[in-house]
Amino acid sequence: MANMSMIKVPMPEQDPNIRNKNFLEVSTGYTEDMAVEEANRCLRCKTRPCMSGCPVNVKIPEFIELIANRDFEGAYKKIKETNALPAVCGRVCPQESQCEGKCVRGVKGESVAIGRLERFAADWHRNNSEDEVPPIIKNGKKVAVIGAGPSGLTCAGDLAKLGYEVTVFEAFHAAGGVLVYGIPEFRLPKDIVKQEIEGLKKLGVDIKTNMVIGKILSVDDIIAMGYKAVYIASGAGLPMFMGIEGEDLVGVYSANEFLTRINLMKAYLEDYDTPIKRSKAVAIIGGGNVAMDAARCAKRLGAEHVYIIYRRSMDEMPARAEEVHHAFEEGIEFKILTNPTKILGDEKGYVNAIECISMELGEPDASGRRRPNPVEGSEFTIPVDSVIMALGTSPNPLIRTTTSGIDANKRGCLIVDDNLQTTKEGVYAGGDAVTGAATVILAMGAGKKAAESINEYLS
Amino acid sequence: MFKILEKRELNSAVTALVLDAPLIAAKVKAGQFVIVKIDEAGERIPLTVADFDSEQGTITIIFQAVGYSTKRMQLLSVGDYIADVAGPLGMPTEFGSPKRAIVIGGGVGCAIAFPQAKTLHKMGVSVDIIAGFRNKDIVILEDEMREVCDNLYITTDDGSYGEKGLVTDVLKRLLSKGDCDLVIAIGPVPMMKFVSLTTKEFGVKTIVSLNPIMIDGTGMCGGCRVRVGGEVKFACVDGPDFDGHLVDFDGLMRRNTFYREEENHICRMGGAHLG
Repeated sequence: MANMSMIKVPMPEQDPNIRNKNFLEVSTGYTEDMAVEEANRCLRCKTRPCMSGCPVNVKIPEFIELIANRDFEGAYKKIKETNALPAVCGRVCPQESQCEGKCVRGVKGESVAIGRLERFAADWHRNNSEDEVPPIIKNGKKVAVIGAGPSGLTCAGDLAKLGYEVTVFEAFHAAGGVLVYGIPEFRLPKDIVKQEIEGLKKLGVDIKTNMVIGKILSVDDIIAMGYKAVYIASGAGLPMFMGIEGEDLVGVYSANEFLTRINLMKAYLEDYDTPIKRSKAVAIIGGGNVAMDAARCAKRLGAEHVYIIYRRSMDEMPARAEEVHHAFEEGIEFKILTNPTKILGDEKGYVNAIECISMELGEPDASGRRRPNPVEGSEFTIPVDSVIMALGTSPNPLIRTTTSGIDANKRGCLIVDDNLQTTKEGVYAGGDAVTGAATVILAMGAGKKAAESINEYLS
Repeated sequence: MFKILEKRELNSAVTALVLDAPLIAAKVKAGQFVIVKIDEAGERIPLTVADFDSEQGTITIIFQAVGYSTKRMQLLSVGDYIADVAGPLGMPTEFGSPKRAIVIGGGVGCAIAFPQAKTLHKMGVSVDIIAGFRNKDIVILEDEMREVCDNLYITTDDGSYGEKGLVTDVLKRLLSKGDCDLVIAIGPVPMMKFVSLTTKEFGVKTIVSLNPIMIDGTGMCGGCRVRVGGEVKFACVDGPDFDGHLVDFDGLMRRNTFYREEENHICRMGGAHLG
């Protein structure tokens, strides 16, 4: 008998006023009984609308049925058939616009908590059983992957299972890409990422850190070293600034810098050397997941006021619904329909306020969202001592500018065909390097597809 | 892991380490830098490559123990390992084809000025070096510098060695001769600022090597952004060398103070900030 509750089994979470002072994970995860109860809300639709919303085609009704039958390891294995990083996706995917957005239960009431169930299965596996290394027959062909983020790691894992000798080149000192430098510990514990990476190493994937491709080696050098194909998954790492007056002031920085100091360099921990500014009042500019992450980190570092300044309304905010909800609960102050006009500083050049203007929504623009227009004469200032720009990122030109024949479009995104091959034969690309800043799961989908294409190319 | 093959104390605070880094040594060119991280807890510190030997597969880094991380690095010995070294990063110095160059080093900045002078000297350019220090005790690389130039001028703030005064005093004298067509200045930001103001009067091309705050060294954090000729540049990918006549030094000095309160924690390229 299906559980006909209109709402999801609530997710156990740390109290907002406790968690906004620590970096421990916000959501503590379903118990077995909670997971079974939630799994019973699934109607097992024959048409499987949820699956059409999943970029990596997780067999959703099947894994949920296994959870309902208390075969938790079986559920994990079912997810793992098509998704290399279930523990990650269960935590960071924008389910409301993917699988859960298509769920029939969501028409009247809340959709099935597919993300939470995916996370439950992955966590259950991590706590209760060992990873099995599948038998691999090596084919002796070398493939290089550039970038150890979600796209590169997915591609590397799939190729390794097919028998390829895979080397991943990572620019940072640690593998994981945005999963380690961008997404904070309280949303995605780094031990989980570490374990996924250890799993890849067990498959024989060789991860070489400190390798800034385009500098230490070019793609041509890599090909000359005997790699038969290359997958570029270097992400979109370049931060954007607004170009407004006062951006040079001390205390203005990119969300990339702020989050990298905190997440990758662990600057919030006593035992780590990297410094971080503990500000009293912080303005975060932007409305995406990165903005939410930066805001919630600033709060955890002790800021009394943290403002999200976003020029459109809550409806247009690109961040995951859950992140916005959590940010609200933690005391983040939302200044929507507000756009910064300049940043003000004191005589020493330190930020002391931000001047903003109110916006109103007009006709839809090219993105389909209603265009925000400034309300004349509505300028006002907010006292802040830090301004963090979370306006989006674009791909780094370092790789394509050091190897001939890899073309990019006007926005610096690499051009690929339907098989993700770039304009250079044998060189593939995917993830944010091709799409511009997008999601972890889309990048993983591209990694998967690239692995298939590379396998076909080399067979 | 990168093994320390040699260690030299240049003065009580400045140390040179020769590292086993064959891949970097094969690619690096004068003016480029590496990011060094001692261990799991360490900061990512940008340091300009002071010397390299592509046949031996080694690079030399020189740093001043001023912050927590550089002080920790000073304690390492031959045979120890540095966990992470990434590079070569940044653009190589574009020397052009000068006839007579003046290379200026301030304090530990001489560690980077020296290889620049050496490169020019090898190219057959006549080189004068002006090296400025606070006092006699912290003079470094005197013999090495003397070997790669026609004339070495040492200045100290207190007159305890060489000429009493600033590097710009000597610079003005040399520029008045009128035969110099390139100045390279590496040292504390105020020194580079005043060198650039001086050379501007004489209309002599000037290259400075900047030392802003940065984390990744690949254009990702934007911490190293600096205004050059009114445009925002990232020192890590567009630099670290820039036209000294176009750099907004005051803005750079302000931004470099950002983490001063958080202990002596500032990452600095070349550690080149004490005169």
